[in-house]
Amino acid sequence: MAGKIKRLLALGAVVLTTAALAWAGSDDQPKASGAPKPVITKAVKGEQCVEPNDFMRRNHMKVLLHHRDETVLEGVRTKKYSLKECINCHASEKTGSVAASKDDFCVSCHSYAAVKIDCFDCHSTKPQGSMAMHPLNAETAHYAHKLAAQANSKVSAEEMAGIAQ
Amino acid sequence: MNNMKSMSDDTPSSPERRRFISVATVTAAGVTLAPGVMLIDVAHGRPEEQAASNAVRWGMLVDATKCASGCDECVSACSTENGWTPVAESAHPKQAPQWIRKLELQDPLTQAETNLPMMCQHCEEPPCVDVCPTGASFKRADGIVLVNRHTCIGCRYCMMACPYKARSLVHEPLNDTQKPDVPRGIGCVEACTFCVQKVDRGDGTTACVEACTASGHNALVFGDMNDPESEISKRLRELPTKQVRADLNLNLGVRYHGI
Repeated sequence: MAGKIKRLLALGAVVLTTAALAWAGSDDQPKASGAPKPVITKAVKGEQCVEPNDFMRRNHMKVLLHHRDETVLEGVRTKKYSLKECINCHASEKTGSVAASKDDFCVSCHSYAAVKIDCFDCHSTKPQGSMAMHPLNAETAHYAHKLAAQANSKVSAEEMAGIAQ
Repeated sequence: MNNMKSMSDDTPSSPERRRFISVATVTAAGVTLAPGVMLIDVAHGRPEEQAASNAVRWGMLVDATKCASGCDECVSACSTENGWTPVAESAHPKQAPQWIRKLELQDPLTQAETNLPMMCQHCEEPPCVDVCPTGASFKRADGIVLVNRHTCIGCRYCMMACPYKARSLVHEPLNDTQKPDVPRGIGCVEACTFCVQKVDRGDGTTACVEACTASGHNALVFGDMNDPESEISKRLRELPTKQVRADLNLNLGVRYHGI
C-alpha cells in the first residue's frame, strides 16, 4: 500500500514538473516587461560608421582603448577610432551631446546594458566648436571667461556712454 | 544703411577664417622659400598618423626682462585654451588647478622686482615620472611631460616630487565643462602640457606664447630646442639663460633669461 502511494506521488511530481517546464517555454507566456529598448538614433553627420555597425556594436570599446593609448602616449591623433570623432557624428541634435539625456547615443545603450562608463568624467560630451562655431559666439568665444567676469561687475553710466559712442 | 555697412566692415574675421588665411600665407611663403627652409616647417607639422619623435625637443624661453608687471595674459590664455577655471573665479581658490602662475618676486636687499610665469618645466629627467606608482606620469618622446589620466589614481606623489609646484589635483567634478581637445577630470593630477593639442595639430606654438606676442611683450618663445635653426635655439645661443633650481640637474625644457 505504502509503495503504491509512493509511486503515485513520484508520478505526480514528474507530471507537474513537465507541465511547469512546458508552460515556461510556451510562447503565449507574457514576457517580463524589462527595461525599455535603447533608442539608437542615426548619426547626424555621415552615412556610414568607420566600421560596419555590427562590428562597432561589439568592438567599439576595443578600438577606442587601442586608439586612446596611441593618442595619449605617442600623440597620434588620427580621426578613425577617435572618441572625438564619435562625438562629432553622434551628438544628439536635441541636446548637442552624446551623454546629456537618457536617449543620447552613448547613454541609451549603456544604461540598457547596465555598463557604466567613465569616459565623460573627463571627456567633453559635445562636439568641438559647438559653442565657438555658433554665429553669436564666433567672435567672443575666445574671451568667454572675461565676459563672464565682466558680467558680474557693475558698469557705470559713463562707461556705457563710451561704449555707445 | 551706410552705418550698417561700416559696422560689418569693422567686424574682425572669425578665428576659423583667420586660421585659414594664416595657413594659406604660410603655404604661399613655403613655396617661395628655398626647399631646405620648407623642410624644417614640414618637420614641425608632423603627419597625424606619425608618433611624436625624439628628434624634436619642445622648449620655451622666458625673457623675464620683458615680462610686464601686472600682466597675466599668458595665464588667462592658458585657462581659455585648456578650459581650467581662473583662480579668481574658483569657489575654492586655494585648491583650484593652476597650469601656469604669474610670479612677481622682489629682492629683499635691492628691492629689484622680477616678473615671470612659472609652470611645468618639462624636465628631461622629471622627478614626477620617477615617483609615479602607476606610470601615469610620463615624458613623451618629444620632451613634453604629461599625465595619462586613464592610469592616474590621484595619489599626488608627483605634486610632492615636483620642485616647481607645477602640478594640481582636480578636486571638484567638472560637469562637462571640458574642452573637446583637452580632457580633464576630478581625481586626476594635471599640469601645463605645452598645449600638446596645438603642437600635434602643427601650430608650433602655445596659447601663452601667442597671448604674450599678441600683447606686444614678446617675453615668451616656444620651439624645437633640437633644431639649431629654430628661433628658440638662436635666442638661447645669444642670451644668457638660467634653469630654475639648476642644482637638481634635471635639464629643463623651460629656460629663463634675466632672473
